[in-house]
Amino acid sequence: MALPEKLTLEFDELCTHYPERRAALIPALHRCQEELGGWLSPETLEDVAAYFDMEPVEVYAVASFYPMFFLRPVGRHVVSVCRNISCNLRGADDIIACASKATGAKVGGSSEDGRFYLEAVECQGGCTNAPMMVVDGKYHEDLTAEKVEKILGELS
Amino acid sequence: MNHPTYLLDRIENKDSHTLAAYREAGGYSALEKVLKSMSPADVIDEIKASGLRGRGGAGFPTGLKWSFMPDPEKDTRPRHLAVNADESEPGTCKDRVLMREDPHGLVEGTLIACYAMRCQAAYIYVRGEYRLPYQRVQAAIDEAREAGLVGENIAGSGFSCEIYMHKGAGAYICGEETGLMESLEGKRGHPRPKPPFPAGFGLWGRPTTVNNVETIFNAPFIIDRGADWFRTMGSEKSPGNFLCGISGQVERPGVYELPLGMPAREILEKVAGGVWKQRKLKAWIPGGSSTGFQRPETIDTPMDHDSLKAMGSMFGTGAMIILDETASIVRSARVLLDFYEHESCGQCSQCREGTQWLAQIFRRIEIGEGRMEDIQLLEDLANGMAPGKTICALSDAAAIPTHSVVRNFRDELEEYVREGGHPDYRQGRVLEETTS
Repeated sequence: MALPEKLTLEFDELCTHYPERRAALIPALHRCQEELGGWLSPETLEDVAAYFDMEPVEVYAVASFYPMFFLRPVGRHVVSVCRNISCNLRGADDIIACASKATGAKVGGSSEDGRFYLEAVECQGGCTNAPMMVVDGKYHEDLTAEKVEKILGELS
Repeated sequence: MNHPTYLLDRIENKDSHTLAAYREAGGYSALEKVLKSMSPADVIDEIKASGLRGRGGAGFPTGLKWSFMPDPEKDTRPRHLAVNADESEPGTCKDRVLMREDPHGLVEGTLIACYAMRCQAAYIYVRGEYRLPYQRVQAAIDEAREAGLVGENIAGSGFSCEIYMHKGAGAYICGEETGLMESLEGKRGHPRPKPPFPAGFGLWGRPTTVNNVETIFNAPFIIDRGADWFRTMGSEKSPGNFLCGISGQVERPGVYELPLGMPAREILEKVAGGVWKQRKLKAWIPGGSSTGFQRPETIDTPMDHDSLKAMGSMFGTGAMIILDETASIVRSARVLLDFYEHESCGQCSQCREGTQWLAQIFRRIEIGEGRMEDIQLLEDLANGMAPGKTICALSDAAAIPTHSVVRNFRDELEEYVREGGHPDYRQGRVLEETTS
């Protein structure tokens, strides 16, 4: 296996931004996760390592350090509810429970139908509009239980 | 409450994120002034004279920081500016507003800073979650490049500068300047021991300065209107306005532009409408999670670096968090210590183990399994973690709120130990696990 040409062409350009190619590694892992099934499989990590002329274990060491990279398959929609202090003070525990009910996923897990992955995450910088969550990269703020049900209910 | 503003003046304008709107509002005039009539040293002198202090947490004088970069005549290595847009300190969401609504302000500030420090390339390190702010700043760079304001020979001045966006991936520690540099090099975000300092040995071993988004955003205003104008706002030792994010149990949470030195009570009561639901204030955190839980009696403290330091706290990121009389300090402390445990990079054992133990102890006090001697244990552990015992300040950032709970809210710790934990647990309600 090798990375799709579409990605390697992008990475070739990305590498020109830095004096050392390796600096493009984290942005490249983001793109791989976006394009190759929503997670970084062992095969993807090997392909990325080959592209950057690194050992697979070095790429794994980096990928495993960063919470935004998934090293196992996750549900189609990634639901990241903030659990930190500003959200917690405005009812994040209830929002997390509500999201768990609406998705059928436990915190840190995916729903059985593969629709959702639910995580309770650290501060995502939406503190003044707490409680908040990010769904597939989009910010949803000033949440109530009703809003959470509606937002998640509309996803297929 | 009528005070002059500048930081957020443009964001209400239609399509404020576009070059056309930015130009319409007078944008890029400071860059023009710099390129036409100022030497790099003039720019640094003006920023020094303004008294601008970094808005990312430490409050270090910006002009002085810029002057630490080596003389390019003697040190010909390429040099860089890294803009810290990894905003992750709990309670803090101000840079997000600037990047989303006024990205050209950041681009112009970046160019001015690069001119002053003679950097050939700047990297804007944005936390991975900030998708829209990232896109907006990238689009602003593209527009500026198209207009000849980024890249080779900017506006025919002979000054060349590239700006690149770089996306992080969710690790708080990458907001620490040396962790940021490691991450930008494509590595785990492990902070580096200092010295060497970034100005001598930064990105790829080259001279580097790391500045927060809001700090850089101030530069064009200072150049355009002058250091004297800047000093008419704020306090003597902390001039200018700042973006105050006020969150938690408050009537009107939001990001407000306020003069440094405004008393916290005025911000809470007049700007943000007071504690929500007409409740009383139990505690407040002045400037992001690392600045500790403070007693309500201290709410008259002016929000500036020196006043908060004198009170025993810190200005931090200027992000106030409000806790009402019904809030649980123990639970809030546990939430924060869970956070620090999760975000510790693991290099230093005091931090790696200490954050874990502190979180465990707060949790057992919360769920009714605490012991009286745990209170002293919290203090002892925190004393073993800070100050200055580790490579970076994350360990300190976990120790400070811990000390603040023991010192300022010992009565609640004792009550929880005596009575069987948080009221939820006394009543047998067990919360679902929310840590992942």
